[in-house]
Amino acid sequence: MRPLDEQETTAVFEKLHKFVGSNLKHLIERPAVEGATAGSAPLRYCFRLHKNRVFYASEALVKKATNISREKLVGVGTCIGKFTKSGKFHLLASSLDLLASHAKSKIWLKPSSEMSFLYGNHVLKSGLARITDNVQQNQGVVIFSMADIPLGFGVAAKSTQECRKLDPTAIAAYHQSDVGEYLRMEDDL
Amino acid sequence: MHLPYLCVCMCFHLSIFLIYSGSEEEFDVERKARALDIEKAQQEEEAEAELQMNIQERHDDFMLPTPEELEESSQKPPNLPAIFQRIKDIVRVLSDFKALRQEGVPRKDYVTQLAQDLSTYFGYNDFFVEMILQMFPAAEALEFFEANETPRPVVLRTNTLKARRRDLAGVLINRGVNLDPLGKWSKVCSSVQTACSSTICSSNTRTFVKVGLVVYESQVPVGATPEYMAGHYMLQSASSFLPVMALAPQEKETVVDIAAAPGGKTTYLAALMKNTGIIFANEFKEKRMKSLSANLHRMGVTNTIVCNYDGRELPKVLGTNRVDRVLLDAPCSGTGVVSKDQSVKVSKSDVDIQNCATLQKELILAAIDMVDAFSKTGGYIVYSTCSITVAENEAVIDYALRKRNVKVVPCGLEFGRPGFIRFREKRFHTSLAETRRFYPHAHNLDGFFVAKLKKLNNDKALASDKGNSEDVDSVITIEPSLPELNTASNSPTDEKSVQELEDMIKSPSENVSTKKKKFFRKDLKNLPSKEEISKLREDKREALRKESKRKLSSDFTSSHVEAINAGEAKKKKHKKE
Repeated sequence: MRPLDEQETTAVFEKLHKFVGSNLKHLIERPAVEGATAGSAPLRYCFRLHKNRVFYASEALVKKATNISREKLVGVGTCIGKFTKSGKFHLLASSLDLLASHAKSKIWLKPSSEMSFLYGNHVLKSGLARITDNVQQNQGVVIFSMADIPLGFGVAAKSTQECRKLDPTAIAAYHQSDVGEYLRMEDDL
Repeated sequence: MHLPYLCVCMCFHLSIFLIYSGSEEEFDVERKARALDIEKAQQEEEAEAELQMNIQERHDDFMLPTPEELEESSQKPPNLPAIFQRIKDIVRVLSDFKALRQEGVPRKDYVTQLAQDLSTYFGYNDFFVEMILQMFPAAEALEFFEANETPRPVVLRTNTLKARRRDLAGVLINRGVNLDPLGKWSKVCSSVQTACSSTICSSNTRTFVKVGLVVYESQVPVGATPEYMAGHYMLQSASSFLPVMALAPQEKETVVDIAAAPGGKTTYLAALMKNTGIIFANEFKEKRMKSLSANLHRMGVTNTIVCNYDGRELPKVLGTNRVDRVLLDAPCSGTGVVSKDQSVKVSKSDVDIQNCATLQKELILAAIDMVDAFSKTGGYIVYSTCSITVAENEAVIDYALRKRNVKVVPCGLEFGRPGFIRFREKRFHTSLAETRRFYPHAHNLDGFFVAKLKKLNNDKALASDKGNSEDVDSVITIEPSLPELNTASNSPTDEKSVQELEDMIKSPSENVSTKKKKFFRKDLKNLPSKEEISKLREDKREALRKESKRKLSSDFTSSHVEAINAGEAKKKKHKKE
């Protein structure tokens, strides 16, 4: 487990910025609750790289995890994504909680198309219930159900204005990851 | 019933009529009426007698099948209803053996036949059936086997990090799931939630009530709803709640879960700790790591470090005397969860149980070593298994008590049966009554065992070696004091000769007697023989009798003796101070 180097940090932050925008600062500088013993100063969160996966955990947790040997350590805190063999960074479904709480652009789905999205399909205009204003094209969006349960995230196909003029069968948002992957692709997470 | 009455009426009327007609006819009809009455009464008597005889016959009717009958039935495919009837009959006979037994047939034959029939009817191997018959009376054993044929109810646990039970119940009901809040399980396992009064429940069971939901039936798959995928609940068996409730981790503590996969208990720990503190989730099998990680992420747990060690190595990695609490849900033979996995019926043998027990003993020592006895909020270990064998449960806890400075404390679960203190030839520490056993037929939970230990001291060596010798080998510790007693009553000059005599008598055990009082368990091999022990006891009694006689003779009243004793006690106290 090691801290991220320059390139890796840029890649991760770029991806995160797509979804959370200026909230990124808040994400990094949150006071951490985990690992703190009663009465000590609040800690920070940090990113660590382990076997091509990026973990987001509080510093206390990371410190305790240094005892564990590299082969035996499986995870620390939350895994937010992984680096592919060619060096690109992809966010995983397990980062959803983090993204959802700091997201800038959100999409709400109608109940009828929840299941379709959870199977991995893209979001069609007919399934779109609400969308935040001023979403640009190709901006990262977090997708919620009408009960405000985060279902996944993706990329907006069109900006908000254009979305209003779309046909019902046109794609409004491309699917990147969803919560159904815990059942469909448990091994890949 | 009406007939005699009618007869009487009729003859009354007739007689009245006949009084006017003539005396001869009156007698005639009367006689006929009486004859009818007598006949009626006789019939009734016979019917009664027959009924009695039938009942008696049914009681005496059950005979054990003869070897020829058994031969015959083994040729044909087994007649299951007949076998079940025979099982019930034998259970009935065994429940009132004196009255219902067949003459000349020993109890052992009944039990053997019962074991055979149970094995054939339910499909267990002989080892399993024998083990159950040793643990339970025949009727309860039958209930146990029957309970294992049906699955326990599906239970889900609300993830308090993300949802509240009431809201979740509402959402799921809207989706078409038929569920109820999980209350304290009543014996009859009714679906009605029993009210949980604060005087009865400890705070642990109150959280139990607040997160559990029982699912009776569902139109949608409960394990694939959007709420499940968003991590609002976890499908678990109700018995899996128990060890976590017993452990009761506090916020900001460091907790280790030695056998964490697939993560139901770990996520419950995190929920109770509200994502504060640190949890080390360890799992030995690499193949199960994926499901553990996935569940942790799904349920939104952020305070966990996941690692893949053998639990026995963990103290080396995480350090000894560091952690606040440890949960050890040990790998076991699974004899309590037959309803989930029917293959356990035939695959377990004595060797399997012993292997499991050895591993569990090593793991529990590792668990105890990791805990900091002087932690401000903790110092507890919870050991649980999903097995009902004594070798994997009470024996392991007893081993831990002997090897480390721990004690058994109440788990906080007020339902469930206390663990065994003695079982067949084994004797366990009395505090094991605080452990809890759960059975499918009694509590409608999977067979389970939970024990909570508190670590007293951070030393590995037992501080209570003296204590051990006093408890176990009190006989031997008499020896050094005996010469003192004798010398007190005899004159000082005889001291040496008396001691020599005693030494001669006790020569084989002399090494043990003249050694220091501290004993280790290994020295149990050098115990004196039974005759020597009884001789020593007799000598001691003689000496005590002489003492008391001497005291009584010197002082006249018993109250005076008491006063002296009280005075001696006071002196001793002063001496101590």
